[in-house]
Amino acid sequence: MTAPKTLFDILWAEHLVSPLGGADSLILIDRIWLHERTGAVALRGLEAAGRKVLSPGQAFCAMDHIVDTLPGRGDATLMPTGTAFITATREAARAANITLFDIGDERQGITHVISPEQGVVLPGLTLICPDSHTCTQGALGALAWGVGSSEAEHALATSTLRVRKPRTLRIEVNGRLGAGVTAKDLALFVLSQISSSGAAGQMIEYCGEAISTLSVEGRMTLCNMATELAAFSAIIAPDDATLDYLHGRPFAPKGPDWDRAAQYWRGLRSHDDATFGRTLSFDAAVVSPTVTWGNSPQHAIPIDAFVPTFDHVAHYDSRESYDRALAYMDVQPGVRLTDLKIDAAFIGSCTNSRISDLRAAAGVLKDRKVAPGVRAICVPGSTAVKRQAEAEGLDRIFTAAGFEWRESGCSMCFFAGGESFGPQERVVSSTNRNFESRQGPGTRSHLASPQTVAASAIAGRLADPRLLDA
Amino acid sequence: MTPFTTLDGVAAPLIRPNIDTDAIIPSREMKGVTKAGLSDGLFAGWRYTEVGGRTPRADFVLNDSAYAGASILLAGQNFGCGSSREHAVWALAEYGFRAVIAPSFSPIFQQNCLRNGLLAAAAAPDFIAELAAGVAAGPQDHRVHIDLAAQTILGPGGAEARFDIDDEAKEMLLHGLDAIALTFRSLGAIEAFRAQDQTRRPWVYL
Repeated sequence: MTAPKTLFDILWAEHLVSPLGGADSLILIDRIWLHERTGAVALRGLEAAGRKVLSPGQAFCAMDHIVDTLPGRGDATLMPTGTAFITATREAARAANITLFDIGDERQGITHVISPEQGVVLPGLTLICPDSHTCTQGALGALAWGVGSSEAEHALATSTLRVRKPRTLRIEVNGRLGAGVTAKDLALFVLSQISSSGAAGQMIEYCGEAISTLSVEGRMTLCNMATELAAFSAIIAPDDATLDYLHGRPFAPKGPDWDRAAQYWRGLRSHDDATFGRTLSFDAAVVSPTVTWGNSPQHAIPIDAFVPTFDHVAHYDSRESYDRALAYMDVQPGVRLTDLKIDAAFIGSCTNSRISDLRAAAGVLKDRKVAPGVRAICVPGSTAVKRQAEAEGLDRIFTAAGFEWRESGCSMCFFAGGESFGPQERVVSSTNRNFESRQGPGTRSHLASPQTVAASAIAGRLADPRLLDA
Repeated sequence: MTPFTTLDGVAAPLIRPNIDTDAIIPSREMKGVTKAGLSDGLFAGWRYTEVGGRTPRADFVLNDSAYAGASILLAGQNFGCGSSREHAVWALAEYGFRAVIAPSFSPIFQQNCLRNGLLAAAAAPDFIAELAAGVAAGPQDHRVHIDLAAQTILGPGGAEARFDIDDEAKEMLLHGLDAIALTFRSLGAIEAFRAQDQTRRPWVYL
């Protein structure tokens, strides 16, 4: 009898090329993603060292980070030097013979949206990308994690990485999320409970009824914010929903290969008595629509709650950091979140821009109008999501409500020198980071689900999507 | 890569939790397709009086001449969280930092440090506070000493702590090793592994 293993241990063992003497192991990398923010630097770095991509068929490149999202876009960007990143990445990807999802390609979109959409990520694969939200793709049962540029170069050149094995953390979420409560709310809830360093360096496996009943897209949203917990990554064991999602996707296996793969994937799960480094349990029923009040994703509270006093956050925050957050966000302890007026609303990003997110937001927006003075923007996660939404008439719901309807990309999730929300503007956003100046110098970001963003856009202040009909 | 053996340096305190890579190098400061030219953008949002400007803010530690030439950064927990941008490490290195001492680091940031010859050493918050207090008496004369081989940090007031680092990371830093060059030695084993794996998981190989 071999010792019971976690799903992570199983995948680690299957990808272990060799131990490296110390704590590190040489791990096989099955898929590599690049994007135009750092892709060209990595590929040029390789070229400068006289190195080649070992397996270009297993490497992919997206145009998402810098590309404009305004209608009619091309290589020109509002970011002053953006075009250079786009053209350099295109040239480098072509020279390296890597599949590129370019501007104008129907498959273009945000890496972590199009990788599952195209069936590039599959259960049981190792996948890396020089992007911290690569953990998103763990939702498909892959071992997927974010790295820096040097590691991307290493993976491109050798199809491996030298990795220190992380400890495992099992997060079990029992029961079911209530009506109007989403995977995003759960992600923010977990952050509020264990802090933004609560899973430091650890490999999370999410499990339990609330996870198995989540849609595959909802699982992506949950895994997306593992990096906000300082985790190595997160994974969810593949099940029928995962296989149904992937079947027929362009890069997924076909015919007998699919059958063989599917049989293997069905066996990918932690053994019942596997030992995890740590286990945490939460009850899904206590999760409300959750919104951040401060400058760290851990500053998350229920939508009907009040900005906390320092005593409530002292277990994970310093006084100075708490005071900075209050001052930056222009909020006071005891203020009700729903009393905060907003200037803008944003739906998009690798966290929440998939078709299910857009459907949910459109459900809130239908036959309603964005409050006067509120700038509202929707950026679909991929061109395919955009086309699907348009086929369903969702775009007309968004635009009739007063939302801008954009081309896909990372867009205003972060400020790269191009478009931004203004200084002191209060934005409710379906993105993943509420850091100081993340969405623009001085911009105040409140993270929330797409439904909460939509409800807030209508109310002109932070609002509970469950109460809209009341 | 420059080997890291011992360092006797000016230590600058920036002790806040969760300093993210957007704060270390704002995306708007990453203007070129290059690893260089980033040091002016280091901590730009805190270091300058206005966005895109270069007028120093008097109250930011790196603008205090007492800390001129700092090569060690003292920081709070979860340093380097957020974006995986290696530009954060390139900017710190180009500025002159060789080491960051913090209670904890984002895993991606810590790995990026290793690949660029920077030491990211974890130490207890109390010890870091003690270092900062010792340094404050006169940063140029009250230096912090790091000995990687011995895995020790020695403060100006005699405060001493040992830090953990795994053997491979230590070797790579001590000798300034290039990870890709090292792994190329295993290329035969990698190819053999892939060939065998391809018969077992054919759908993986595109």
